[in-house]
Amino acid sequence: MNGAEQAAAAARKQDIRSRWLLSAPALLIIFVAAVGPLFVMLLYSFMVKGDYGDVKLGEFSLEGWTSVFFQRDIFDDTLGLADAHLSIIWRSIQLSFFTTVLTAILGFPTAYFIATRPPHTREIWVFLVTIPFWTNLLIRTFAMQQVIRNEGLLNNALMWLGLIKSPLQIMYTDTANLLGMTYVYLPLMVLPLYASIEKLDFRLVEAGYDLYATRFQVLRRIVIPLVRPGIVAGSILVFIPSLGAYVIPRVLGGGKNMMLGNLIEMQFGSGRNWPLGAAMSITLMVLVTVALIFYVRNASRGGAGHV
Amino acid sequence: MSRSRFDIRAQPGFGFITLFTFFALYLPIAALVVYSFNGAESLSQWGGFSSRWFVAAWQNSAVQDAAIRSLVIALWAAGLATVAALMAALATTRTAPYRGQTLKYALINQPLMVPEIVTAVALLIVFSRIKVWTGYSGLGYLVLAHTAFCIPFAYLPIRARLESMDLTLERAAADLYATRWKTFRHVTLPLLRPAVIAGFMLAFVISLDDVVITEFVKSGGQDTLPTYMLGQLRRETTPEINAIATVFLALSTVLVVIFFFINRKKQ
Repeated sequence: MNGAEQAAAAARKQDIRSRWLLSAPALLIIFVAAVGPLFVMLLYSFMVKGDYGDVKLGEFSLEGWTSVFFQRDIFDDTLGLADAHLSIIWRSIQLSFFTTVLTAILGFPTAYFIATRPPHTREIWVFLVTIPFWTNLLIRTFAMQQVIRNEGLLNNALMWLGLIKSPLQIMYTDTANLLGMTYVYLPLMVLPLYASIEKLDFRLVEAGYDLYATRFQVLRRIVIPLVRPGIVAGSILVFIPSLGAYVIPRVLGGGKNMMLGNLIEMQFGSGRNWPLGAAMSITLMVLVTVALIFYVRNASRGGAGHV
Repeated sequence: MSRSRFDIRAQPGFGFITLFTFFALYLPIAALVVYSFNGAESLSQWGGFSSRWFVAAWQNSAVQDAAIRSLVIALWAAGLATVAALMAALATTRTAPYRGQTLKYALINQPLMVPEIVTAVALLIVFSRIKVWTGYSGLGYLVLAHTAFCIPFAYLPIRARLESMDLTLERAAADLYATRWKTFRHVTLPLLRPAVIAGFMLAFVISLDDVVITEFVKSGGQDTLPTYMLGQLRRETTPEINAIATVFLALSTVLVVIFFFINRKKQ
């Protein structure tokens, strides 16, 4: 190695060192207040629960993890499935799935419609989707409550039209959760779909029509397969926060229609079972990771035909 | 284009669904705003147009405290997050890939990947222990937690801007014997300014909006505006909550509109 090469290598080493120094504050903050605590929580899930919340530090047990899925019978001490927990986990998955489907049903035509407007009007439409997206989640949930509560807009309108005689009880049901999540997460479906449809090569659509395809055939056989990455991205962006929803079910679903997020909170509040809560949180993270892996595997395929 | 020509882009019914979507997106917000001008004692009836609940909210000391606390936390968190994100963006762009760079990306974007409730309880676990050990239970915990989840939002626009900027001007500065700091101060930073402002505003809105993490990290008497509202929603609500929500809504909409125009000018 000659002198110049050595100097270049030294300069590169120096450069990388200063790059690490520069990124240190961000990495440190995220480690201390986001990543690190997750590891601590993993440890806590294997500890013995304290009598008044917290854990007994250093006393290990698998109790937290087994009680996510199993419960001991209070009479004969046999292990059975923890029906309450499992039904809440299952409900969370179902509700998140239906939320994804509903947002797609509304979001796909909307995104398609916006993407086929002239460029300067497109921007305004997208902006109109973005505003609710940046509005506080709690405020949007509360706004939904104004529509679906017993004396709310929806019931008043239906009664005024004479379609129903007494108000429909929507609040504090799974329907309320579903409507709330669909409303709140709809922009998360529209935006990636729009990004994907906007890049669609419409010459392929034209070719379809030349070959005597109907509108529906063009949509099903050409458009949807080509924008699949956008559909997958939107679905994942809706599914993941739905699975971890906490505010929406707390405000709209009430105590009887808990989702996983509320069940986790309960273990840190009145349940006073921190190891169980920690184990549930990690279960939620595993579910999210599974969804993400599904996304990565799907996103790498498809997407041909984009210009 | 004449109307009779076959439009290959059209799909039947899509315009109608779009209309419905926008109606559904804005109707609840409109209802919330309209009811904030309700003169009645409760939300169940309409008592004529009045701004009394805005006055009531303005004079409510709990609301005042929560609003000020929200702003203080958001200013600190967005400020710290923007500085950290700017440094991190400078360190991760415009370079040949080096070892650990992927790790950096993963770490910086980590707060976006984990459900908020999970981060919230993890922080509750760690901070409650630290609170006992150190005896300190001030706003620092909230600022730190907010800074962490604001970093990816501040990082995004700054990094995008850096990657689209060419190195010519900085090379010219270096040719004229400017030190690295001088180049950064007089060339790079001015070019980056719109992105830094955009990043700061995104972080500010994200911090202002946070409910879940704040709810779990806060000590007693540290309500921010969103957690105060969440607490109020448990009981019978009056239009006062609508009034607070309306002001909040107006504030974040203004910020988003400014952000939109900053971004547009850039193109």
